[in-house]
Order: sequence, then structure tokens, then C-alpha cells
Amino acid sequence: MINPQMVMYEEEFNQIQAVVDRLVRDANAKVVFIVDKNGQLIAAAGDIDNVDTTSLASLTAGNIAATGGMAKLLKENEFATQFHEGEKANIHIQLVGNRVILVVIFDSRSSLGLVRLRVKKASEELNHIFEALLKKVQEPGADSPFAEITDEDIDNLFND
Amino acid sequence: MSFINYMAREINCKLVYYGPGLCGKTTNLQYIYERTNPEAKGKMISLATETERTLFFDFLPLSLGEIRGFKTRFHLYTVPGQVFYDASRKLILKGVDGVVFVADSQIERTEANLESVENLRTNLAEQGYSLDKLPYVVQYNKRDLPNVASVEELRQMLNPTNVPDFEAVARTGVGVFDTLKAVAKLVLTELKKGG
Repeated sequence: MINPQMVMYEEEFNQIQAVVDRLVRDANAKVVFIVDKNGQLIAAAGDIDNVDTTSLASLTAGNIAATGGMAKLLKENEFATQFHEGEKANIHIQLVGNRVILVVIFDSRSSLGLVRLRVKKASEELNHIFEALLKKVQEPGADSPFAEITDEDIDNLFND
Repeated sequence: MSFINYMAREINCKLVYYGPGLCGKTTNLQYIYERTNPEAKGKMISLATETERTLFFDFLPLSLGEIRGFKTRFHLYTVPGQVFYDASRKLILKGVDGVVFVADSQIERTEANLESVENLRTNLAEQGYSLDKLPYVVQYNKRDLPNVASVEELRQMLNPTNVPDFEAVARTGVGVFDTLKAVAKLVLTELKKGG
């Protein structure tokens, strides 16, 4: 296969979710979510019923990609942190291990300083988890559940 | 790069609609958006200029149903077709699982089609992909217009490797879902192989 697959298992998902849940509390954030660089949402916590996390995930990845493009033109490795300040909501975006993106949405109940501090710690933890996950995925025997599917399964998906 | 989530029991794949400016990439997505059940789609996002030209990308998340207990989700993207947005096009191709090339069938767009397909090949190669190995389909759009090249001519120019190709009128939806289904099927088949 040309593309290495991103895979998420229950064990690592729970670890990641725990970090994200804690970050919502520690940073007094409204919403925290993690996206991979291709725009796939990995985990989210906080007041997520009131935001379109799928769209936000895709736009965040686009944003990081565009910023990465600018960095390249300036011969920088990357711009790992971005901050957008609005009238009510603010967004802090952090690239973690050049692999995933940690997004924190917060309002006046928190502050940029606090968010930065808590994001730093959470990023380190997340980095360890994703490193371990990557190793696990590369181990032999980590089969895709899709190896078992048949052409018929695929055809059935389109019978409507 | 597909994303398999065992926890949520879902698989996510990225499809990119590529092609020259004004060939109908956004129109393809708009038609799919309009004709899909609300529960199977998310919001469609268009990052466009004031004159409705795609500036960065359009995005449409779709659910296609379940395979063996796994929800299949496809994220559809378009690239900006205008030549000078090349840097943006490269970014959108990152992590792609399948590509649709939308050709403008009008004779006067022949050169633009050729340039765009060449640009697709180059941009993919830059990221280590080969168009010949990627799930890939071609759509000959705007078949309803008077001044179009024949499908044989278009095929010869734009589809030398004989991948699945479709005639379409994206504005009215002709061929739009056939194209989508074909590329989605190829992506799933590729996943099966890669497992």
C-alpha cells in the first residue's frame, strides 16, 4: 500500500481522551480536539455538541498545511503554534510531534497564558502516546480489518 | 492516508477532485451535497473568493454506510483549479486516498485539461505518490455543451492508462454519483489489498 494507515486502538484512544478531557478542565477551555494533519478528527472533549467538529477539523488541517507551506518558503521547519483571537472565542492551535494538531477553543474564563502552559504539558503526553501508537501500527500482525472484506461487501455498500 | 478508528469503529478516507479551472469540481460536490440524505452528510465548506472561485478548497464529509461493522466515511475535497494556486493544490493532495480528475469536455479547454493532468501527476510525485498506483477515475464533464470533443478523443488524451471514466453533466447530476461510487470502490478495494 502506498499510504501508511493511521490506526487508532481502544487503549490509545482512551489515553488520548483522558489527556483531552483533563486539558478542558485544566485550561478552563470550551472545547479541545485533536486532528491528524489530513483533517481527520481523532478525539474531542468539552462543549462539542455546539460546534461542528468535523468542519473545524478539516479547516484546522488546511490552516496548518497552509502555515507549513509558508514556513517552507521561509526556510523554517514549521510554525508549531498559532493563536487566533476573536471577540468572544479564541483558538490556540499546536502542532504535536509534527503528526497531530491539538486545538483549544476558549473564552474570557481562561487566558492565553494558562492555555499555553497546559497545552505544553498535554503535548508532551500526547507525543508519547502517538509515538507508541505508531510503533504498534508498524508491528507485523497489525492487520487491517479490511483485509477480510470481499468484493461483495463493497458492492453491497453501493446498492441503493 | 486512510484512518481506521477501532474505538469509533469507523474508517475515514480522503478523496480529491482535481481538474482545470471552471471544469466543475465544486459543482460535483454541490450536487452530491444536495442529493445526499441529511444524516449521511456534514456541512459543505467552500473557501472561495467573492466571485465564487475556489480559493483553497471545498470540503464535504459523507458517510457511505457500514462494511463489516465499520462505518465508512469519505472526506471529499476539491482543489482550486486556477493555475496560480499551485501551492494550495499541493497541500490538499497530502494524505489523499483517491483522485477524481474532472475534465472540461469543451474543445477550447483541451490544453487546460492536459496541463492540469500533468500538474496532478507532478504534484503527486512530489509527495511520493504515483498517479498510476493511486485509486483514480476520470470524468468528462459538460457533455451537454455544443462545442465538446468526442469521448474517444478525450480518453486518448487524458486517460491513456484506461482507468474507469465517466461522461457527466455535473450541473444536472448526470454521472456525478457514478464517478463518486467508482472512486470510492477503488479506494475500498485498495484498503482490502493493503490490509
